[in-house]
Amino acid sequence: MDQIISGGGTPARSGGLLYSGNDWNFQTIRDCYDAIEEIAHGELGLETYTNRVEIITSEQMLDVYTAHGMPVGYKHWSFGKRFIGHENAYRRGLMGLAYEVVINSDPCISYLMEENSATMQALVIAHAAFGHNHFFRNNRLFREWTDPSDILDYLEFARGYIARCEERHGQRAVERVLDAAHALQNQGVNRHSGARKLDLKAEQQRAKERRAYEDSIFNDLWRTLPTEAGGADGAAEGGDARRLLGLPEENLLYFLEKNAPRLAPWEREIIRIVRMIAQYFYPQPQVKMMNEGCATWVHVYIMRRLHELGRIDDAAYLEVIHSTSNVINQPGFDMGGGASFNPYALGYAMMTDIVRICTEPTAEDRAWFPDIAGNGDAIGTLRHAWAEYRDESFIQQFLSPRVIRDFRMFRLSDDTAQPYLLVDAIHDEAGYREIRRSLARVYDPGTFYTEIEIVDVDLLGDRTLKLEHRTRAGQLLQARDARQTLDYLAALWGYGVVLNEVDDQTGAVLATHTAGPAQ
Amino acid sequence: MDIIDRRPNPHGKNLENRRRVLQRARSAVQTAVRDAVARGKIREVGQGNAISVPADALHEPSLHRVFSEGTREIVLTGNREFSRGDRLQRPPGGGGGQGSGAGQAGEQGGGEDSFRFVLSRDEFLDLFFDDLELPDLLKREISTTENGVPARSGLSNEGAPSHLDLGRTMRRSIARRLGLGRPKPAELLEVEERIAALEALRPASPEELEELEGLRERRGMLRQRLARIPWVDPVDLRFRRYTIMPQPATRAVMFCIMDVSGSMTERMKDLAKQFFLLLHVFLERRYKKVEIVFIRHAESAEEVDEDTFFHDPRTGGTIVSSALELMRTIQRERFPSANWNIYVAQASDGDNASSDTTRTASLLRDDILPAVQYYAYIEITGSGAVIRGETDLWRSYRAIADENDHLAIRQVGDRKEIFPVFRDLFSRQRDTAEA
Repeated sequence: MDQIISGGGTPARSGGLLYSGNDWNFQTIRDCYDAIEEIAHGELGLETYTNRVEIITSEQMLDVYTAHGMPVGYKHWSFGKRFIGHENAYRRGLMGLAYEVVINSDPCISYLMEENSATMQALVIAHAAFGHNHFFRNNRLFREWTDPSDILDYLEFARGYIARCEERHGQRAVERVLDAAHALQNQGVNRHSGARKLDLKAEQQRAKERRAYEDSIFNDLWRTLPTEAGGADGAAEGGDARRLLGLPEENLLYFLEKNAPRLAPWEREIIRIVRMIAQYFYPQPQVKMMNEGCATWVHVYIMRRLHELGRIDDAAYLEVIHSTSNVINQPGFDMGGGASFNPYALGYAMMTDIVRICTEPTAEDRAWFPDIAGNGDAIGTLRHAWAEYRDESFIQQFLSPRVIRDFRMFRLSDDTAQPYLLVDAIHDEAGYREIRRSLARVYDPGTFYTEIEIVDVDLLGDRTLKLEHRTRAGQLLQARDARQTLDYLAALWGYGVVLNEVDDQTGAVLATHTAGPAQ
Repeated sequence: MDIIDRRPNPHGKNLENRRRVLQRARSAVQTAVRDAVARGKIREVGQGNAISVPADALHEPSLHRVFSEGTREIVLTGNREFSRGDRLQRPPGGGGGQGSGAGQAGEQGGGEDSFRFVLSRDEFLDLFFDDLELPDLLKREISTTENGVPARSGLSNEGAPSHLDLGRTMRRSIARRLGLGRPKPAELLEVEERIAALEALRPASPEELEELEGLRERRGMLRQRLARIPWVDPVDLRFRRYTIMPQPATRAVMFCIMDVSGSMTERMKDLAKQFFLLLHVFLERRYKKVEIVFIRHAESAEEVDEDTFFHDPRTGGTIVSSALELMRTIQRERFPSANWNIYVAQASDGDNASSDTTRTASLLRDDILPAVQYYAYIEITGSGAVIRGETDLWRSYRAIADENDHLAIRQVGDRKEIFPVFRDLFSRQRDTAEA
């Protein structure tokens, strides 16, 4: 990108150097922020949530990692496990810490490490506080599925609630519910309808009502009687009851929260907390590549402009180039480091390519992308893509032959019946569309989420919960994990659980997993 | 935009979560810790310990698909030489490498590696000695106490000026002054100024004269109150109080006594080493400073360093009393029992010159046992010195052990038995727990 792309906005002013050397102070950060904001809002037309920049130490960064970047979290051993894992990797030098972590919240919080140089702080502000922030605020998935204004308060509420439960009911009892809910959290989101807005007051109110109800029905006389479960459901006729229970249901945690007969109110609330947080994180993996690409593209653009305007010196700009090229490095399949795509590399390359197509298209581009080629509005096109696509559809729509050639992509067909792997598409005329289709499928949420439905409850019999996993032969659930997870599910449900793996095409049952009722 | 400096915020948010992990994997961690101890050198155990536990103990299951058969497509980058239709050898290891690894690992069950902890010294030792306690430790400790240290114990009304608790004293003084209504000096000054100003007025109007009269009265009252109600009253004074607390001796010495005569094989020495090692780690947790003295003996005894102790073979007959005498001498010279907690661990195959056994027993009973905290004797079985199921030495020691609680004797035959025997010797006493 040699020429300046015009975003239709006002070009930023030039001025003196913002800083020189590596050292920074709070004034430096503020100056950089203002200069960056001018470019981001003026030239790129980004729309962002209010920013909050927090300076933290590397030790605190490890804490932030553990909680998926969330500043508050409830206590659970699995976070400790993650923490120890990160700590070991970091101490042994296997893992460098990210320069930043950014949270999808309003205000949008970016964490900057104190060890960063002045240039890195500026880069990180451009990357996180403007790139990611714009993406969080504008991408359709985030808009529909998450509510950034309440998440921090909700997490605070969750931590407080779980701590109080531990006081009242003991750590073991709470851990039992959390373990089970965590195992099911990937099956604890509504995939097909957006999340309702979190309303903290209502959440707290409901928690309080549950408590009050629990207290009001506490009665020593009844307490010692065996629990009579099911209640009115038990009398209902099969089909009718299925309708009442809202079956089939793909959100297992939701179903348990509402219908599990043996759970105490506080246990339902804990399940709800895990479910709400899982729901909040649900969009992230589906747009990871775009999100990182967007942030990287934005910081590259902004840092280049700062350099052109004389706000940073050559040394600083070299540092930017060095750091960026590390981030967007894509090793080949045989270079070690795994064969997966680097989301930064792919996202950045595709976005840079869109700019090229919009401003200086070749004949090939005109044939492939007639509606955007040469439209002269590169930034508008990018903003549109950032807002309306997720990784899968973005690749399907915008992966150009040029990027496929640059990455030298090829496709292997792996048929376990054959003793060899077949190269069935490479970066040539015949292969472009094949590769694009297959790569898009990798990012299809259907491939990385396992969808499991509750299809029936044996209401007239022993209340066994029946689940179904629609799949095909050779793509079954990992058996040991499935059994352990079902044990957790049975513990929450209170009765037996059966999971059938059913062939999508023929309807044949491929495998069955069961778990007995909890003692 | 706000910039917030979070660096001064509390660190270690995850310490609690970390603790819970240890708790969760407790049994696995404990096994790993004991393995680590079994491998280490005596003085090194418990320092900077990384241990690994199988990932199973901390596995988080979930419902997820794995690819095992059928067809699938994989898109990769960095093609240099392939064209369409090329057939590639599957990578070795059941098709690992190129992403089919997930399926394979899944079939093998989990496929996760072991999980590595770095434990702090305290965590390590706590796990290691989960429920062990030296018998009657406290009682004996206090009885051997030499000096005391002052410890804070509340407040008192009197004391040396250097112990004055200024904060509390002033708080009480303020409360008293407020309660009794002591006027502020500034108030008096103000009244006096006003009086001076009025007195300077000539002629004064009747109202001013009246005001002057009132002010003079007020001045008198203020002066009186100021004089009567002191700034700091003796009742306000609070002093920090100290009590002299007995300071338990924090030093311990451990004597390792081992028979290195020809009848002790390498295997036997190794068993003995395990036992010494455990005892050392255990004492280290209890005391700030632990000294070790290695005494080996055959016909005669000598003090040696650790390496020589375990690895330098000697031959000859066995006279146990020589080692006990040497131990007693060293202890008298270097480790007076008033300042040191003394522990003795003796390992032997039970072989002794028959003429010496009586002397050994009396030395132990009359001279050594009264001076030491604890005496552990382990006899490594499998030697030729056994007569009617027990050795001479064992028989005489047993008679003494029946009378003395702090002499403990056990027989060990195999490496596996070392830890149980150790636990057995030092476990919290059942009878006191049940009482």
